[in-house]
Amino acid sequence: MKILVCISNVPDTTTKVRFVDDNTRLDTNGIQWVINPWDELALTRALQLKEDKNNAVESVTVVHVGGKGSEPTIRKALAIGADDAIRVNAEPQDAWFVASQLAEVVQQNEFDIIFAGIESSDYNGAAVGGMLSELLGVPSISAVSSMDLENDQVKIIRDIDGGKEQMTSQLPLVVIAQKGIAIEPRIANMRGIMMARKKPLNVVEPVEKDTLVEFVDYELPQAKPPCKMIDPENVQELVDLLQNEAKVI
Amino acid sequence: MAILVYTEHWDGQFKKSTFELVSYASKLAEAANTQTVALSIGEVEEDNLRQLADYGADKIISVNQQNLKYVDNQAYSSVIQQVADQEEADILVLAHNNTGKALAPRLSVRLQAALGSEVNQLPASLDPFMVNKKVFSGKAFANVKLKTDRKILTLAQNSFGIYENTQEPVIEKFEPTLSDDQLQTQVAEVEKHRDKLLLTDAELVVSGGRGMKTPENWDKLKALADELGAALACSRPVSDEGWRPHEEHTGQTGKIIAPDLYIAAGISGAIQHIAGVSAAKYIVAINTDQDAPIFDVADYGIVGDAMKVLPELTEAFRKARS
Repeated sequence: MKILVCISNVPDTTTKVRFVDDNTRLDTNGIQWVINPWDELALTRALQLKEDKNNAVESVTVVHVGGKGSEPTIRKALAIGADDAIRVNAEPQDAWFVASQLAEVVQQNEFDIIFAGIESSDYNGAAVGGMLSELLGVPSISAVSSMDLENDQVKIIRDIDGGKEQMTSQLPLVVIAQKGIAIEPRIANMRGIMMARKKPLNVVEPVEKDTLVEFVDYELPQAKPPCKMIDPENVQELVDLLQNEAKVI
Repeated sequence: MAILVYTEHWDGQFKKSTFELVSYASKLAEAANTQTVALSIGEVEEDNLRQLADYGADKIISVNQQNLKYVDNQAYSSVIQQVADQEEADILVLAHNNTGKALAPRLSVRLQAALGSEVNQLPASLDPFMVNKKVFSGKAFANVKLKTDRKILTLAQNSFGIYENTQEPVIEKFEPTLSDDQLQTQVAEVEKHRDKLLLTDAELVVSGGRGMKTPENWDKLKALADELGAALACSRPVSDEGWRPHEEHTGQTGKIIAPDLYIAAGISGAIQHIAGVSAAKYIVAINTDQDAPIFDVADYGIVGDAMKVLPELTEAFRKARS
């Protein structure tokens, strides 16, 4: 069984974002780039499944659509344990463009299970995994918070509004992962970092694809008025404010 | 031409979030000078279906087949596509919840329709079709142009409001064509959190962070939540520690919520946490550290020990309500 994990390269979650060129472009100065948090959890789970000797997982490959600048992020994925990596050499344009590139990679190689994070923390489209599965014509299960293998069958828990469903599926399958799929992302150790330098990182050229959406410009949220402080000895005042000023209770 | 809205139900019942979605679709239909068609998949009584017309649905299409009892992403997308084609819908509207996030991107490929996800208001213009959406997990907003003839929107929950607009609806049944290879996922077992207010549906949310010190101290938060009829939430360290289930984790990588009131106790307000709650209409912060960043985004703040403040606050609410 071969597993593919799609990873996106995003600003570190603590980044304060700024925009340049008339607010049409993210100011990338000083940004630390990381593996998208959901993708990192999915990768961690994929590696755990491979390490469990009860499972016949041959390899875990990571794939990324991005320029050469994102290679440190890909190396990080290799350092925490992926066997090899594929980089599609194109700047990501929109979800449709990225999903189309990923579909091409899957069609050129064969994978049984494809992991994608439920969304990326930059453009929050929650779209690439679902689009990829549709392009491939394979099933997808979304909002997956637990995933196991048993005799080459997947055992999945998907979160629904107000509960959970235990699921199985035919393969190949796109597993769209959310929090819970792994408890904590794996952290690379020194040995992993050394080994990652020697692991294959194959660069492939993109296929020509249009985009369906265009990000025209950006704006920052309006600043909030200062916080009204309340004496801890007089919580009644808070109740009054919530009832009469905010009118939320 | 029409706006097609996919309406989810829970055991045959719609929720406020469904009515919000239909309200949005019908306001959009008004702006586009077209009609609102609501689609329901699964077993819903006609009286319940008819509720959708109270919020502006002109036509209600019901699909009820045994093999569609559970959401299979391929099968459901196929059904929605078939209805969209029959109705010549050029805009599809879904909720930005787990189901909507699963179906909308598949439909985007099927219909070659641009996807505007997690929109929180009506499009700024219809030609060009411009929507505003949250990016960088709420740290910014983007104006996005949807370039295709057909479009799909997913609406952020609690972002729009519910508007009554009663119509005399046409109710129709629809029999989709489905082949077995479109049903490749199976649900073996369902576990429902009964009697538990869903965090993303809640108007009032009471949340705790590491400042609560121990999981046992959650009884103080729970007492306040029970008094208010609020849902419980927590910060990431709390769910990582296993003090609370991951479903309660609110923040950039957890649940993104937009309640009327968010009470944060013992939460310092890391930027990742704020990303998940910044859409709350009012934020109350209780923290011992007066410099905690949560006070930068809170509307009302108390510098104090949550263990002492929470029971007093619960008592004050009880008195105010009686």
